[in-house]
Amino acid sequence: MSDVSRDTMLLTTPFHSRVEAMCDLNDWGNWMGYTTPNAYFDVELEYFAVRSTTGVFDLSPMNKYRVTGPDAQRYMDRLITRDVSKIGVDRVGYAIWCDDNGQVMDDGTIFRLGEQDYRICSYQRADDWLAWNTLGFDVTIENESESVAGLAVQGPTSCTVLTLLGCTDLNQLKPFGIAHYSFEGRPLMVSRTGFTGDLGYEVWVPPESAEALWDQLFELGRDYLIKPIGSYALELARIEAGFLQANVDFMPAEEVVRVGRTRSPFELGLGWLVDFKKPLFNGRSALLKEQEKGSRYRFAMLDVEGNKPAEHSFILKGDKQVGTVTSAAWCPTAKANIAYAQIEMPHGAVGDELVAEIYYQRELHWTRLLAPCRVIDTPIFKSPKRWQTPAPPH
Amino acid sequence: MTDYDAIIIGAGHNGLICASYLAKAGKNVLVLDARNEPGGCASTREFAPGHHVSDCAQWLSQFDQSIVKDLDLKAAGLKLGTPKTTISLQSDGDHLVLDGDTISGAGVDSADQAAYRDFKKMVRSFAKLMTTLYRSRPPKLVEQNWTDRLTLMKLGLGLKLLGRERLRDLMRIVMINIYDVMNEHFSHAALKSAIALDAVTGTNMGPRSPNTVYSYLHRATGEHLGQSGTTQVLGGMGAFGRSLATAAEKCGANIQLDSAVTAIVKTEDRVTGVTLDSGEQISAKLVISSADPATTFRRLLGYHQMEAGMAKRVECYRSRSGTAKLHLALSGLPSFTGLSEGQLTERLVITPPMDGMETALNPMKYRELSDLHTFDISIPTLEDPGLAPQGQHSLTAIVHYVPYEPDIGWEAGKPQLLSQLISELEGYAPGIGALITASELVVPSDFEASHGMTGGNWHHGELSIDQALMMRPFPGSTQYATAVEGLYLCGAGAHPGGGLQGLPGRNAAREILKRGAL
Repeated sequence: MSDVSRDTMLLTTPFHSRVEAMCDLNDWGNWMGYTTPNAYFDVELEYFAVRSTTGVFDLSPMNKYRVTGPDAQRYMDRLITRDVSKIGVDRVGYAIWCDDNGQVMDDGTIFRLGEQDYRICSYQRADDWLAWNTLGFDVTIENESESVAGLAVQGPTSCTVLTLLGCTDLNQLKPFGIAHYSFEGRPLMVSRTGFTGDLGYEVWVPPESAEALWDQLFELGRDYLIKPIGSYALELARIEAGFLQANVDFMPAEEVVRVGRTRSPFELGLGWLVDFKKPLFNGRSALLKEQEKGSRYRFAMLDVEGNKPAEHSFILKGDKQVGTVTSAAWCPTAKANIAYAQIEMPHGAVGDELVAEIYYQRELHWTRLLAPCRVIDTPIFKSPKRWQTPAPPH
Repeated sequence: MTDYDAIIIGAGHNGLICASYLAKAGKNVLVLDARNEPGGCASTREFAPGHHVSDCAQWLSQFDQSIVKDLDLKAAGLKLGTPKTTISLQSDGDHLVLDGDTISGAGVDSADQAAYRDFKKMVRSFAKLMTTLYRSRPPKLVEQNWTDRLTLMKLGLGLKLLGRERLRDLMRIVMINIYDVMNEHFSHAALKSAIALDAVTGTNMGPRSPNTVYSYLHRATGEHLGQSGTTQVLGGMGAFGRSLATAAEKCGANIQLDSAVTAIVKTEDRVTGVTLDSGEQISAKLVISSADPATTFRRLLGYHQMEAGMAKRVECYRSRSGTAKLHLALSGLPSFTGLSEGQLTERLVITPPMDGMETALNPMKYRELSDLHTFDISIPTLEDPGLAPQGQHSLTAIVHYVPYEPDIGWEAGKPQLLSQLISELEGYAPGIGALITASELVVPSDFEASHGMTGGNWHHGELSIDQALMMRPFPGSTQYATAVEGLYLCGAGAHPGGGLQGLPGRNAAREILKRGAL
């Protein structure tokens, strides 16, 4: 027997040499097959960099697919559930895509780079599904995952830092807008997008520019307290800001083997991304039926009493178990104990009073806590800076 | 208001049968067909001056007799010949005769004769069970409702009644290949290959391909559908098509020939009608296609009009065939070594031993011409002299192991294959070549062009377990409905599949009426 693992060796991103140098804790994780830091120096401080100054997150492992050709828009429209024509050139849209059963396969962002030129930035590998979707459409799909490196530059001072880098008039860029610059003779694209719910940008460059970009960002951002952030800090920020995470808050439909474990957009609180006014899209007929017959589950954001995160908790209504928690965190800025839960219908409407059955352990001593919680209607962290144009000075 | 309650694409036997049942129920039905004759694969054509042949389907062996009664096809002019014995020709002239449950000749011993009786008994019990399934809507296994539960209960009871031994046999063999099953039961090489022929003809398979037991059992259902054996239709297959058309019109259906459907029209979330090659649009509450699934979904509806998962299913649907037809016009009656003149009217088959049949699959797979083929021969002019000029005869043969498109192309390939086939025939009927006054080879791609069957597959898609029953043609589009609202299937691509059976058409009509879709 060999004691060598059969798992594929983890890859490194184009920023790895710099990431490694800054990863004081040497705390690494596996994110979609890439070696990525869970934390660089202190999870809370990294989180507060995002909220107070600037946090930099290496998002190169995200999958990027370029869709071009005469039918690119029609192709995208059949693929995703929202009306793609409403995403203008040099604009980004958040989107989900479903299988024929109306079950969510993944979520991601759609970058419209030209009239018939889109980039899909997805969490999951989607080569196979995107290829099958080309049947009947004159489009070319190119997997750009390894030819585009990306950094999320998020937080109140992010605009200033990127402006220093040469992104002129970046403060004029509207949320979900795209701006093009050049960096050391190569293209650099900035989108005002992110996963933190605050002012923030994502910077996209060819891998050859990666190390220089990192170096200059941290050099120019020093006075603006720029810090690298790892997956744990981002997790806190995204729960606070109300973003769902594939494989955590829902199972990508293609990965599910057990009956009933997939979720529809309505069941994830993403019904607003489904547009029945546009023509055919994958999942349309199933979702129309669901709309008529009702959903099985409801996605609920819970404000939980106390300060014990309701991780993996059962959610009760009286004595009856009506749901389970998918994500939970004590959110430092909002100073709230937030949980996302899948609640069986008809429970979980906004305002519904439920109970989280929380188990926690101190020095091998387990305690069961029945924490009252209430379904809230919007994310607990809302920064006006996220939506302001021009971007507010810090 | 729509122009019609239902438009049926294709005036083949299933389209006409579906139309008849719907029209009988008072529905306003229009049947459209690109050809200038009704019947689809039940067609007769003059391929040489004065010589008429059934140019696609050759035998009627599994047509559901309840349809003959329901639609009164006899009154509509259907006349069948006498049931045929199968004679497997041997090069030494000592032929193997398969007549019902008895076999004789070719030195077949009593052990094989007994084994053949047992085998037929077993096949009969399995085919009976399948017939139960064939006569009803295929039950879904997951979303059960009472209709499906009842069918499953009947099936369960049938399985139970098979008895422990038989049930075990069925479970064991249904997914495997005919080659292994033949070797298990028999020792006589010609007997094995004569039976294996029925498992591979019309498919893209050889005897060692999985699913060949299923395709064999499929053919064996004929006996339970009330058909008393392999027969020829008097007047040619076209007469069968015409009788169905007459019956359909008597029931009140409208048939419009020379009208090719070029597109299925879909607006919003449902199909609303069709467009003809003339540009005319006709609307209906339902469009029911008896065209094969690839034609229906890929060509007429279009991938962009369906969700991607369905497009993937259509693209993966297997619909190839290695079966061609050989038509010979003969100046006189040929003589086959060891056959009396009276025997020439029977069903004559030529098969290499099973290993040869399997070897012949290779060139076919790799787009080459094989030098071994199987033949399923009919000399229809003996029973029906009107099909050829006085004193002359025609020979038609279903020939297996012909590629869809050989690398050398059919222009060069056809003459080469034709002389190969004739030289193979000469081995059993010396001098037949000299009698040939005209010949024609109809290859799978010709069937596709003339009869619209994708890949030339007469089952409208390979009949294999993964494309059968509740998975026919593919999950999401079963029980005659499709994933597209307002579009139904009633052809051989729907359950229970191909061969001139009529059940897809009849079952589809019943299902549509039962659902109240009209």
